[in-house]
Amino acid sequence: MLEINGLAASIGDKQILKGIDLAVPPGEVHAIMGPNGSGKSTLGYVLSGRDDFAVTGGSVTFNGADLLSMAPEERAAKGVFLAFQAPIELPGVNNANFLRTALNAIRRANGEDELDAVQFLKRARAEAKRLHMPDDMLKRNVNVGFSGGEKKRNEVLQMALLRPKLAIMDETDSGLDIDALKIVADGVNALRSPEFSALVITHHQRLLDHLVPNRVHVLLHGRIVRSGGPELARELEKRGYAELIAEAA
Amino acid sequence: MNFLQRYETLVGSLAGDSALRAAAADAFRSAGLPGATQGRRSEAWKYTSLRPLAEANFQRGTALADAAAILARLPLLSAPRAVCVNGIATELPEAARPVTVARFADAPDFGTLTWPDREPMVALNTMLTEDGVSIDVPAGVDGATVQLVNIATTSGDFHPRHTIRLGEGARLTVLEYAAGAGTYLQNTVVEIHVADGAHLTHVRVQDEATTAFHISTTYAEVATNATYDSFTLNLGARLSRTEIHANLVGTGAIAHLNAAQLLSGTQHADFTSVVGHLVPNGTSCQTVKNVLAGRSRGVFQGRIEVARAAQKTDGYQMNQALLLSPDAEIDSKPELEIFADDVKCSHGATIGELDAEQIFYLRSRGVPEFEARSLLVRAFLAEALDAVTDETIRERLNTVIEAWWQRQPL
Repeated sequence: MLEINGLAASIGDKQILKGIDLAVPPGEVHAIMGPNGSGKSTLGYVLSGRDDFAVTGGSVTFNGADLLSMAPEERAAKGVFLAFQAPIELPGVNNANFLRTALNAIRRANGEDELDAVQFLKRARAEAKRLHMPDDMLKRNVNVGFSGGEKKRNEVLQMALLRPKLAIMDETDSGLDIDALKIVADGVNALRSPEFSALVITHHQRLLDHLVPNRVHVLLHGRIVRSGGPELARELEKRGYAELIAEAA
Repeated sequence: MNFLQRYETLVGSLAGDSALRAAAADAFRSAGLPGATQGRRSEAWKYTSLRPLAEANFQRGTALADAAAILARLPLLSAPRAVCVNGIATELPEAARPVTVARFADAPDFGTLTWPDREPMVALNTMLTEDGVSIDVPAGVDGATVQLVNIATTSGDFHPRHTIRLGEGARLTVLEYAAGAGTYLQNTVVEIHVADGAHLTHVRVQDEATTAFHISTTYAEVATNATYDSFTLNLGARLSRTEIHANLVGTGAIAHLNAAQLLSGTQHADFTSVVGHLVPNGTSCQTVKNVLAGRSRGVFQGRIEVARAAQKTDGYQMNQALLLSPDAEIDSKPELEIFADDVKCSHGATIGELDAEQIFYLRSRGVPEFEARSLLVRAFLAEALDAVTDETIRERLNTVIEAWWQRQPL
């Protein structure tokens, strides 16, 4: 599904990713953990195509295709989805209209028929209900005036509607209470299938109790310094990153 | 363009007050076209020069387009309509009663509000106007909607003269379009009277040919507890100036002078307003949004005058510009002139570009870049369009904006 080889990226003259090797097979959920500033969010942005990061080395293939040569919208059409750590507000853009525009753009890119307003709303309302989101969240402007939890849930709603093949969750759990956390975990779990993979960036073990990963990777100073099974997350939760940081130094 | 020569040729055949026309011609002769005379500067025309108009030479000749074809591409409502083609009222609604819709030429009335001696373009209209449309709504009548369409089908200078009068407690919506084909000047003057408790909604779409000049000067007098609610959408013409003078002459009067300007290429659009608060408890608000692409230039001049007697005035003014290119320009000149001591007046101006993070957010959801930019521009305009409360009309404005957007090489 996703194969990252020697990926290096910088912003300005600051090197942030210094050679990442990572393979996420189809159907698996991998967690990326690590202290602040280790490059976790940068990895998410680079994979989704944000152009203020310069890729300085390495390659990324996604289902056999060269991901790095694609525009962000092409990546989305191929099934890459980034749940933003800080979802962007779009004043004046109605949430339902935004979701329908996105969904239809992706359907169009894949040669599928676009959904009309009625078909779309039916689907959106059903998903919103499943995620315990009030109906009026569809009518409001995208993320404007949303609480932190509502913004994260809106990301999960987008994911549920767009049905990606690879979801990158960038600290979607931060600042959430336990109920909201479960909604995020359920959102990913609902998509789990042999054709779906997820890269879950998180600080905490908490989310991984509900969203059990196949593998856990620790990112430190732009490199993956350790990989292991779910037990690695629990170990980190207990002992912190200090030892790993000392080891790396 | 020698307008005075045209006046000399036409003077014998022009209807109405000939002394007034002669005085206007004198005023125009001494003032000249704003910005066209070397060494003469006008504060009111600080950012807009009509030199290109002075240099243009309109040869009235064969029709370049069919009026019916132009009408057909405007998103008109099914409401009654009056149509002026090349400055002449060619079509009046049959079934507008009890609203009266008449032609200016049948009973020329130059009104009481305009200032040909101070406004050269009003002087020009006054000396050369041949026709226009007068709309009268009797007291207490809800006149629903009347459309007023100004069309140019040939090269030439046209000076429609319109009047809108609402009696006490009357209501009316006027949807006004300006469109055409070729190189021409539409120089419109509109005089508006909104009597006590009456409510006029005035929505304008200026979608002239991009080779055309469009000047529109409006004088509105708003009486006690009356409302003049106007919205102007400017997206056509190579050079346009929309000038509105609104005087709140009765307590509790309300004036909304909202606008959106969408420009590209080398288009220039100037929105200039002067709001006079003459008595207490008046409210005026203006939100003017500019979307500027290419090397276009937008101008906003807004002046709020609050007389000594006009206590408890509430005046609000906001000018916002979204620059889609580094070569686009906005000039913004707000002015507050306040002689009363218990008023609430505020103004603001913002200038910005599309937000890179917002564009990326949309693209990361699969929305192609062009569509993402277009969505964000429309979001920016949405706030301005929200001022248009009639949903059907707002839809028409969106249709016009959509067509404009499709024409852009962005």
